[in-house]
Amino acid sequence: MDHSATTATDPAVTEAMLPYFSEKYGNPSSLYTIGRQARRAIEEARQLVADLIGAKKEEIIFTGSGTESDNLAIKGSVLKNRGKGDHIITSSIEHHAVLHTCKYLEKNGFKVTYLPVSKDGIVNPADVEKAITPQTILITIMHANNEIGTIQPIEEIGKIAKEKKITFHTDAVQTAGKIPVNVDALGVSMLSISAHKIYGPKGVGALYLRKGTAVEPQLHGGGHERNIRSSTENVPGIVGFGKASELAKERLPNESNLTALRDSLIKGVLEIEDSYLNGHPTKRLPNNANFRFSFIEGESMILNLDMKGVAASTGSACSSTSLEPSHVLMAVGLRPEEAHGSLRLTLGRENTQEDVDYVISVLPDIVNKLRMISPLSR
Amino acid sequence: MTEGYSEKVMDHFANPRNVGEIKDADGIGKVGNPVCGDVMWIYIKVKDNILEDVKFKTFGCGAAIATSSMITELAKGKTLEEGLKISRGNVADALDGLPQVKLHCSNLAADGLHAAIKDYLEKTGKKLP
Repeated sequence: MDHSATTATDPAVTEAMLPYFSEKYGNPSSLYTIGRQARRAIEEARQLVADLIGAKKEEIIFTGSGTESDNLAIKGSVLKNRGKGDHIITSSIEHHAVLHTCKYLEKNGFKVTYLPVSKDGIVNPADVEKAITPQTILITIMHANNEIGTIQPIEEIGKIAKEKKITFHTDAVQTAGKIPVNVDALGVSMLSISAHKIYGPKGVGALYLRKGTAVEPQLHGGGHERNIRSSTENVPGIVGFGKASELAKERLPNESNLTALRDSLIKGVLEIEDSYLNGHPTKRLPNNANFRFSFIEGESMILNLDMKGVAASTGSACSSTSLEPSHVLMAVGLRPEEAHGSLRLTLGRENTQEDVDYVISVLPDIVNKLRMISPLSR
Repeated sequence: MTEGYSEKVMDHFANPRNVGEIKDADGIGKVGNPVCGDVMWIYIKVKDNILEDVKFKTFGCGAAIATSSMITELAKGKTLEEGLKISRGNVADALDGLPQVKLHCSNLAADGLHAAIKDYLEKTGKKLP
């Protein structure tokens, strides 16, 4: 139950990709037959990815990952607009791909406002408006948070950005394929997505770049992807991304079924004493549940769940290489010792009510066992 | 995260030895900090300069629980002097090693044992022979 980390590539996606490793291995830049085949496949995939988010085909730039899309959007845009100002507005709960990019730009002379969030993990659009200065050249706020699943009021922020004529980027890596994502409804100028979160392959992402929005390339070379992202195209990956997008669009109505499963999971888990839900009760991804349990630590929970065959994740410092508790859980006002006790369960297509019931049946014993060992327990 | 946990670490994590508190403990060592994600309490019972019983309670990750469990096994039956000589490195070695990132933050068990022995010595006013 860790589908927000990654998903299994759909067999239909793998099947669509396979010919592009072997018989159709051509370089899309080559003019002969297999080159042209590869070019055509990329352009078909571009259309399918565009269709998933209500964009035009020519507004899609393929990249190597969601992280790369975020980097290209943010660095590319502020470098392009440096003459107009030096101020960026973002939130304190962004994915590290956005947060660390902003920190890097701060070290290089840009000014960044990190907006706070409510205790439910939501950005207030009024705060965005208040933070805008004549120097503001970019607003970047994620569509939904990867840890606590909160869905941000992107449409409202989009209206503000449009009115103030400020470039607006959103990281939609967690929302594409899970909830409707439409670039016009959201009012964004740039939007990042990634294939492996929607049952596609790892190593391919895309940046939506609204017509008229310009970015400085971050990879210079042979001029691929309209001279914005040089690199020989990852043809199998892009084809897989296209197929995954097509399937995601078809299956989007089913994704909302996960809401019932999620709520059943939340209800069952919260029966455990001294357990709490992190994030907003309803404004959250249909597949995301994030809890915290007093007196115990997340990695121990993950290891115990793993022994019971359940994959999960935590915001505890002890599970990270940085040894810092999750910045998202700190931003919603938790104390470090509370953040250490967090557990994220994210559902996917394969999960059933039986899976949810199983987790609800094994988790209380795990929590109790760890509390028996813990000196912090009552 | 769990990558690099040896089988021994996983064994001590899954089946921790000597869990619990000793009600009439002769010494208690409390180390760590909930903010950092690791808290260990080590309880000792001493008889004739020997660590007759050692128990623990720990809040923390897999490595924190495994090192706590291991220290109780290493220390039991040892003299106080021997107990004070058990190092963080000895605990890690006895567990067939710990992941690099865990060597400092979660490897507090030896400190906990030393604190418990010092607590005992202070309470009783005894000096090591």
